[in-house]
Parts: sequence; C-alpha cells; structure tokens
Amino acid sequence: MRLVHKLLTILIVPFFGATLVAQSATAAPTIAQLQQQIADAKGSADNAWMLVCSALVLLMTGPGLALFYGGLVRKKNVLGTMMQSFAMMALITVLWAIIGYSLCFASGNSFIGGLEHAFLHAVGAAPDADYAATIPQQTFMIYQLMFAIITPALICGAFAERMKFSAMLLFMAMWSLLVYAPMAHMVWGKGGLLNASLGGRFPTLDFAGGTVVHITSGVSALVCALFLGRRVGFPKEPMPPHSVVLSFIGACLLWVGWFGFNAGSALSAGSLATSAFVATHFAAATAAIGWAVAEWIRNGKPSVLGAISGSVAGLVAITPAAGFVGPMPALLIGFIAGVFCYAMVAVVKARLGYDDSLDAFGVHGAGGTIGALLTGVFATSAINPIFKDAQGHTLPVGMMDGNFRQLGNQAIGISIAILLALVGTYVILQVVNFTIGVRVSAEDEVQGLDLTQHGEEGYYWEASMP
Amino acid sequence: MTKLEAVIQPAKFEAVKDALIEIGVEGMTVIEVRGHGRQKGHTEFYRGREYTVDLLPKVKIEAVILDEMVDKAVAAIAGAARSGKIGDGKIFLSRIDDAIRIRNDERGENAL
Repeated sequence: MRLVHKLLTILIVPFFGATLVAQSATAAPTIAQLQQQIADAKGSADNAWMLVCSALVLLMTGPGLALFYGGLVRKKNVLGTMMQSFAMMALITVLWAIIGYSLCFASGNSFIGGLEHAFLHAVGAAPDADYAATIPQQTFMIYQLMFAIITPALICGAFAERMKFSAMLLFMAMWSLLVYAPMAHMVWGKGGLLNASLGGRFPTLDFAGGTVVHITSGVSALVCALFLGRRVGFPKEPMPPHSVVLSFIGACLLWVGWFGFNAGSALSAGSLATSAFVATHFAAATAAIGWAVAEWIRNGKPSVLGAISGSVAGLVAITPAAGFVGPMPALLIGFIAGVFCYAMVAVVKARLGYDDSLDAFGVHGAGGTIGALLTGVFATSAINPIFKDAQGHTLPVGMMDGNFRQLGNQAIGISIAILLALVGTYVILQVVNFTIGVRVSAEDEVQGLDLTQHGEEGYYWEASMP
Repeated sequence: MTKLEAVIQPAKFEAVKDALIEIGVEGMTVIEVRGHGRQKGHTEFYRGREYTVDLLPKVKIEAVILDEMVDKAVAAIAGAARSGKIGDGKIFLSRIDDAIRIRNDERGENAL
C-alpha cells in the first residue's frame, strides 16, 4: 500500500505540482523528496527481484543438485548423497553469519576481507553502494550466501559414495573459509586482486561465478577424486545411475534456479538482468544439443542423461559471461561447452582413469574454464560497459571489442583459481585425513552410505511390511 | 502333480496369465526375474561409459497342476508367449511329490 501511495504521488505531482505549489507552498514535496521517492520505488523493485533470486539460487542446491547427484549414485547411497547437499544449506549458513560474509565482502586486503562484518555487524537495511546501491546490504548478504552454499555442494560429486559424513562436514567448513572466501573476495570483494569494477590489479570478468564457483569447485573436486582414490570395484564393476529420473528433475530445477544465479548477479531488476537471463537460457539450450549430438554420433543414441548433463555444462560455461555477452555468443558458448565437457567426461576421464564419480571436474572445472576464457573473447561494452577511462568514456571490454589484454587477465584469474583450489583442497584433505580420516571403511562402502552414515534407507519397499 | 515353470518375456505376461486361467489353472506364483538364455544382452551408455547388460528382465510363472492338465497348459503358454524370435523363453516341467494346504492340512491333489 505504501508503494502504491508513493507511485501515485510520483505520477500526480508533475501534473498538479505547479498548482499545489501556488496554493500552499508548505505542503508541496520538494524536488529532493521526489527524487527520494523515485529511488525508494526503484529500490523496492530491485529488492523484490533479488529476494526471489536468492530463493532461486537456494533451489539449485536443494532440491536441484541433491536430486541431480542423488539420481546418479547407486541406490544404497541416495540419501547420503542428498544429505551432503542439504548439509551445506545448514552448515555454510552458520559459518556465513559468523565470519564467511565478512571474509568475502568486507574491506580487507587484495586477497581476503576483514572482520568488519563478522557476526553480520553493520549488515542491515542500508545498502553497500560499492556492491549494490539500491538493495539493503542484508539482501546482498543473503543472496551471496546462496552462492557460498552451492559451491562446496558441487564438489560432493567427486567423492560421492565413499566419503565419511563427519569428514565431509569438516572439509567443507574449512574449504568454505580457506578457498571460497579468498576467491570470492579477490574477484568480487572491495579491493580484491581480480575485481573488475572495484579497481583490481588484474580485472577478471566473472559475472556470476565462473572462477569463484565453478573452477574452484571443479578443480577441488578433481583433487578430492585423486586423494580419496577410486570407489571399491571401479572401473570393473558397473555403477550406472540408479535413477536418471531423479537426475532429470534435478537438472531441470538447476536450469530454472540458474536464472536467479546469473540474472540475479546484475544485482538489480533492470535490462542487464534480462540480458543475463537470455544468455543463460540460450547457452543451456545449445549445450544440451551439443552434448547429445556428440553422443549420438559416437554411440548411436542421444541419451537423456547426456542432454541434461549438457545443459548443466552450458549453464556453467555461461555463468562468467552471462552479463557481458549478447544472445548469439551465448548460443556459441553453450554449444562449445556441451561438446567440450562431453569429451572431458567420456574421453579424457576414461583415458586418465580417475574416479570423479559424478563428473564434478568434467562439468564444472572444464565448463567453468572454457566459459571464463570465452568471456574474455565475447564480452562487449554494448551489453555491459564495465570498463571506463578517467573521463568516464566507455572502454572496450572483451577481445571482440578490441581489448586483447582481457584474455590475459582471464587467464590470470583462472590460474589463481586453479592454484588456490589445488593447494587449499590438498592441505585441507591432509588435515581432515590426519584427524578423522576422509574415507569410509571398505565394508561400509560396500554396504552403502545410507545405512552406515545415516542409519536409513532411501527406498524401503519390503513386500512384508504392512 | 507337475510343477510348471515358465520364463517368459514380461510383455507377454498378461496374455499367458489369461490363457492359463482360461484352461482352468487355479493358482500361480509370479516372480519378476533377470536372466538370459541364448538371447544376447544389450549395451547402455552413461556419460560415455559403456555398460553391458546381459541379464534381461523376464517374468517367471510357477504353477503346480494336475498331470492331465500339463499338455493343455504347455500349449496355452506357448501359444500366448511365442513371437518366434530369440528370447521368447522356456518352460520347465518337474514332478512334485506332495502338496499341503496350510489352512486345513489337505494333502496331495486335494491341496491344489
């Protein structure tokens, strides 16, 4: 009601303002008041959109990723796998409130944020204009939390079916603070080394998390897969997905949730959000086609799992580019990612023999890298004039714009993400392995995580039960 | 008494069941099974990884019947389950020594 009242005021005042002023000078709103009311109305629109986007991004983890991964494992591990995603929704939230948000987004040095916002101190209704001038900082905080939740959850695909639940919790808590927080601060935080809009030394374009989310999680996933070793029986024993149906539902929810992830990264409800929304959708479509066609040619049939895996690969690849590229490059980026990730998963992984159980590296690591590079190629000031000179004139953004240096900056951003993920994940795994051990016993692994880690079964369908 | 075990294509189950009931077979036990005879399995691909599935889903029907019913029952099953292609299944016959109705201890053919 208040909003309606404000809008009416804004509409009516220009027509009758003059007479009102003439009749009673004291009652008429001043220009400053009107400007404030316009800003309030825009702020409300942006805030509504960003709260919806926050919910959409949470939808990606649970149920999206939980179903996607849950369907891909054998049925004795379905609950254990879903629980890994769900546990992130609880665990990372608490860490975020205490210190995670501050380490990512408070002012600090080039590598990590300070403690100014620890315990969410001074994170309230007032916007932080450096990040998003029209929404409460608390909205920005909760939106960014959803990214911090899904990123470690993505790693779970690599160690699926064999990691201790307790070890997973400790690993993720440390990973969130030691790998995710510095990477998020470097790319998105004030004064971060790679920040493209707040004066970073090597401005890396990463609209919604190609480096921060997908390269860090994908490369960490590979380290986990190598560190934990193969599942018992891999690759001799067949381990097909127990329900592609669950994975299908999960992938479709990921696709929908990704609109919140990418379009929401505009941090406002304007045309940039629309542009990112369109690019996101287009890339998912061509990537699904790319993967399925590659499979059709190689195996004779386009599989459902292939098509949905392809769409996820496309969504990953467009993530850094979403707010920088037009629809046609988005179609191309998606298609390239679909074919490239299929090759990584079906050819390269098979040849190297590591057991990245659910292809977290093959999809997120590989897709994120190709996407971050192609962002440097196709980013354009026509979509997002992010670079300006001292006089405020727009500068070229990507290679197609004529900024050839951007590809180098993208490579630097990618390298730092890979290095941080490699070293950080390896050190954390050593600590976790030394303290509580990362892997379940061979007997527990054969019996399944559902029974041994949680004391439950996903499907309790005994004929004798009433 | 004869035990009849028929392993058939799942798609033919309804037709076979109806044919058996029509000739007067009063009871049967049906189990979903996996297996293979001379029929080859098939391959499945999950993210480029090839899985050979050589145990195919089948339905097994078990029924213990009077000896004079056997020829009619075999003809009924074969008639309903046959497509002429490899993988149609098999029928096994064996002698049964005795049968007991749990409800009232009736034995032998009376228990069927």
